[in-house]
Amino acid sequence: MIELLVDNWDLYITGFRNTILLFILAGIGALALGTLLAAMRVSPVPVLRLVGTGYVTVFRNTPLTLVFFFFAFAYPRLDLIDVSFFTRAVLALAVYTAAFVCEVVRSGINTVDVGQAEASRALGLTFTQTLTAIVVPQAVRSVVPPITSVLNSLLKNTTVAAGFSVAEAGQITPALSERGAPVLIGMAWIAIGFLILVIPLTVTQRILEKRWSVAR
Amino acid sequence: MTSVLYDLPGPRARARNRIFGVIAALGIAALIGYVGYRFWATGQFDGTKWEWLLYTDIQSQLVAALGATLRAFAAGALLALALGAVLALARLSDHAWLRAPGTAIVEFFRAIPLVVLIFFLFFAAPQAGLRLGVFWSVVAGLTLYNGSVLAEVLRAGVRAVPRGQREAAYALGLRKNQVMRLVLLPQAVRAMLPTIVSQLVVLLKDTALGFLITYQELLFEARYLGGLAEFGRPIIPTALVVGAVYITLCVALSALASYLERRNRSQRGGRESPVPEAPGVIAGLGA
Repeated sequence: MIELLVDNWDLYITGFRNTILLFILAGIGALALGTLLAAMRVSPVPVLRLVGTGYVTVFRNTPLTLVFFFFAFAYPRLDLIDVSFFTRAVLALAVYTAAFVCEVVRSGINTVDVGQAEASRALGLTFTQTLTAIVVPQAVRSVVPPITSVLNSLLKNTTVAAGFSVAEAGQITPALSERGAPVLIGMAWIAIGFLILVIPLTVTQRILEKRWSVAR
Repeated sequence: MTSVLYDLPGPRARARNRIFGVIAALGIAALIGYVGYRFWATGQFDGTKWEWLLYTDIQSQLVAALGATLRAFAAGALLALALGAVLALARLSDHAWLRAPGTAIVEFFRAIPLVVLIFFLFFAAPQAGLRLGVFWSVVAGLTLYNGSVLAEVLRAGVRAVPRGQREAAYALGLRKNQVMRLVLLPQAVRAMLPTIVSQLVVLLKDTALGFLITYQELLFEARYLGGLAEFGRPIIPTALVVGAVYITLCVALSALASYLERRNRSQRGGRESPVPEAPGVIAGLGA
């Protein structure tokens, strides 16, 4: 079993390196876009709320594979800025995951009691002070555990890129079978690799959930 | 509208919001307009690119592909619900020898990416003498992953049933399996129905992964039609049409989920009774 891992070390290393790279880049993108969308969805401007809601509805109900499909096959036809396939995979993942980040952040903000903000305004705190001293510290507690779940899914979803020939961990299988290596054992190693990556995230999420769950 | 972040707007804030609204509307219209312009400039709105939709052969092919998607969804949903119930019961069992494998299976299949699981079933399992074929590889993958998630959902539901229910049932002399079957599970399923339905949305979306192993469902059909030279390779139109089909199906299911959630709330005497949370399960989040 070990020989297979050693013999095909190059495949595993590039595969998991690209998985992690996809995860980090798409994660940053999704968090930024998702937070922006959440800000739009709770804003007092109807147009922004409408757009935020529309975005979330569309992307929550579209298969990630279809988003990838669009970026892989349709994007080049539009003669937009020419970007590498890896960048398009990052975009697909970020655009899809942002919808879920948005929902988590929005519901986190909504768990803060309205009385908290009313009290802070009554004390004369400005908008920025209310946001940074009252709302965000309370919202973070209920946002961070589910965000780790979302990131966990993102990490697993990077494998969809394999179907569109980005050389990440999911792509190891077809490459192995091309080399005539026993795929069964090869896949066991991929599974182990993912367990190593996913378990720390899951454990963090459970610890945060336990420690930060507050009775409201 | 008063929210946590914003007070009721006064006249100045209303004016400011209106200006923001106009700027935002213009910005977004410009963005959509630009994308629309690119579609137009690259000829995506030309009649020839949409002609394929008029052919009855292609229409029936599309319906067949939709049927394939729905078949995988129906089989996966039924099996995942059954597996979820079994795994949830195993994890809630009093016997450690049932709990341990239940927990191991649930944790394992939740940690493995569904794509890897499906690839495993399709590419590697035949080497061990297990030939599932395309359809059953997809269905088995969907079942194992979503069954594990549904097990967690059901377990959270059972644990959220008020303790008095269980105690009263035991006091009435019901057996352990009667307590579970007649008292706890029905209430758990009812309380978790919205979460269960949104997990089915995930399952429906994930049938699209079958595309990666050439299961001939909607997305595969879109790829095939999109490559036809006689219609000018209409990959963007086919992607749009198939996307609209997926979104319609999923929105309908999501609407059912939120209807069930509202009904759950209003039937409990208007008392706020949110759906119990299953740890690590986010509505609609899947591949």
